[in-house]
Amino acid sequence: MNILIKNGRVIDPVNERDVIQDIAISGGKIQHVGDVPASFVADISIDASDKLVLPGFVDLNASLREPGYEHKATIASETKAAVAAGYTTVCCLPNTQPVLDTPSVAQLILDKAEAAGYAKVRPLGALTVALEGTTLSEMYALKKAGCVAMSQAPNSNPNSQVLRRALQYASTHDILVVLKPEDTAIKDDGCIHDGAISSKLGLPGIPTSAETVAIAQIIELAEETGARVHLTGISSARAVSMIARAQFTNNAISADVHAHQLHLTELDVGTFDANHHTSPPLRTAEDRDALIAGVVQGVFSVSSGHRPHEEEAKQAPFPSTESGTSSLETVFPLMLKLVSDGLMDWSQLVSRLASGPAEILGLDVGNLSIQSAADICIVDPKTTWLVNENHWLSRGINTPFWGHQMTGQVTHTLVNGRLVFEK
Amino acid sequence: MSSSKQPASTSFKAPDSSCLQLDEQGRLRHFLTTEGLSKDVLTEIMDVAESFSTVSNQAVKKVPVLRGKTIVNLFFENSTRTRTTFELAAKRLSADVISLNIATSAAAKGESVLDTIRNLEAMHADMFVVRHSDSGAAHFIARHVAPHVSVINAGDGRHAHPTQAMLDMFTIRRVKNEFTNLKVAIIGDILHSRVARSQIHALNILGAKEVRVIAPKTLLPSDVDSLGVHVYGDLRSGLNDVDVIIMLRLQRERMGGAMLPSEHEYFECFGLTQAKLAYAKPDVTVMHPGPINRGVEMDAAVADGPNSVILQQVTNGIAIRMAVMTLTMGHNRVGG
Repeated sequence: MNILIKNGRVIDPVNERDVIQDIAISGGKIQHVGDVPASFVADISIDASDKLVLPGFVDLNASLREPGYEHKATIASETKAAVAAGYTTVCCLPNTQPVLDTPSVAQLILDKAEAAGYAKVRPLGALTVALEGTTLSEMYALKKAGCVAMSQAPNSNPNSQVLRRALQYASTHDILVVLKPEDTAIKDDGCIHDGAISSKLGLPGIPTSAETVAIAQIIELAEETGARVHLTGISSARAVSMIARAQFTNNAISADVHAHQLHLTELDVGTFDANHHTSPPLRTAEDRDALIAGVVQGVFSVSSGHRPHEEEAKQAPFPSTESGTSSLETVFPLMLKLVSDGLMDWSQLVSRLASGPAEILGLDVGNLSIQSAADICIVDPKTTWLVNENHWLSRGINTPFWGHQMTGQVTHTLVNGRLVFEK
Repeated sequence: MSSSKQPASTSFKAPDSSCLQLDEQGRLRHFLTTEGLSKDVLTEIMDVAESFSTVSNQAVKKVPVLRGKTIVNLFFENSTRTRTTFELAAKRLSADVISLNIATSAAAKGESVLDTIRNLEAMHADMFVVRHSDSGAAHFIARHVAPHVSVINAGDGRHAHPTQAMLDMFTIRRVKNEFTNLKVAIIGDILHSRVARSQIHALNILGAKEVRVIAPKTLLPSDVDSLGVHVYGDLRSGLNDVDVIIMLRLQRERMGGAMLPSEHEYFECFGLTQAKLAYAKPDVTVMHPGPINRGVEMDAAVADGPNSVILQQVTNGIAIRMAVMTLTMGHNRVGG
């Protein structure tokens, strides 16, 4: 299958490219960028005039819910939503049932993803058996089975001794460890940011120190063990400066922030709106501004933190609802908002969503190099759309942006040179 | 999106408390929280309660205001006193009332709050009086009931207990006549107290001169001053020149853990004794929502002393609940 993408603005920070060019794809790979020979015969020709041609996005943190939680979502439903949102690679968390702590579960997930035929799924294996934080998982076997990193997310981290051992062991096999920095003892039964809003609503709060204490611990253990550590889902201003400082001396520490954290604050919880029950919690405007600055400066990549839920999961008094938002499909428009607000340029956007995460994971995706896999999304930065049942593919409709108008629409997505989404 | 940078979309917002609990004419439809209500609404509640306060002294302790109405007390969390006063209030208004202790019935069998409500609605209930251990439970139920059904919050988690706050306001008004010159100190476990939050909002709405909270930092919520209070860590300065002292109940399970070292040390620092009462104004009024831990929060001598109005609070609780039930059911004509 030969595909020609014509007249699009190609933005590819890895190759320092931002120019209107044609891209020719054959055999699932990018064959030509710019000078497409006249002899190239396209089976499909896509006119990308007034559109942007970008490397497909790479998500560092999504729950696909399968196996075990198919009442919330399936690999097929969520990877379909992913490609419609411009994602071509999705890392899924190990909190499945059974937990992704054996090669057979990893294989099951890879098989289901391949059968679905949408995005590439790259599992994160469980760091500890059953995510219980006591016994190390067979990390080497999980890596061989296709896990690109080990993670304890979204669960709490093991005690400091087990975590230290896990990092030592992962480091032995050069395995990346993805951790959600959260001190569960400080978090306790907290469900929103500990501050003026939690005090007013009488909701148990999650202090900022629940994040920063965990980060301090992880940074020290990463330094001592030499492990490669990725901190996922950062929420506070203090954490931004801690991580930036750590990165100054240790380039094996990376981090991401969920896109919705760059737009929402504790105020959006309003009067107990369970769609704003997130983990980590939405914090203050100062925190949000610092997170944006961290993304602009390259301290962070951006992940979705996708947590699709069935409707009942949010139909209860606030503290009894499950946390998380269905967020894959709003990431790109939310990032585009930062570009249109003049806070970052297109090249930075692509770097935070595609090449940055790919580099962290050590995957050869997130770029438009000749002979690399043709994982591409084409976006129309001007089209607006309403977040409603007509434009939503994820099984989870638990988004705080339901009913909102978004600007920026993915029009085509290619995975390995196959057109898997077309608007 | 909250920021000024994000003006794009505000279309899908949950209604805030005040629009949820008021109808189009600005009348009480539900009573979920004192926050966001006007001085007029709070005053009306107290005025109606005043007119009901004689009912309990009549030979026939009943008025036919809510005759034919069905009121369901839905207690997802145990309570004896609050439930009893709501039952008495409903009966004195001639309503049919049933009390369900959900903690030991449906919820234990795994039925969701929403299913419980839908089932009771199918039995044509007109009002739910709700207590639940989750903050926001009454709001959640109010959002999901049929248009003719009213919801009264009888305490949700740490969030609100508006009828308790209003009976306290009613008690203060009866003793002090007005609010604008009053300095009020609330002492104790503010962090876990729905009563304190509702009192603070009500006192500020009614124009109290100053609202203070006095507690150790472990029992204060973050940014507590944003609620509109002055914060004190010791009784001597906190009680100085105060007109009303509201003691809060301290749950025994908070003792001897990471919240507080011991009952003895708490009483030493924050317990109210006759000697410490002298820091406040001579005619200071002492209140407590009950039940009292004598010797932990206050001395028996203070609780039973001339400054205490603790038993009046209990009596006033019935009139206030009659008033709130009457107003939310749209029967504004007192004596109906």
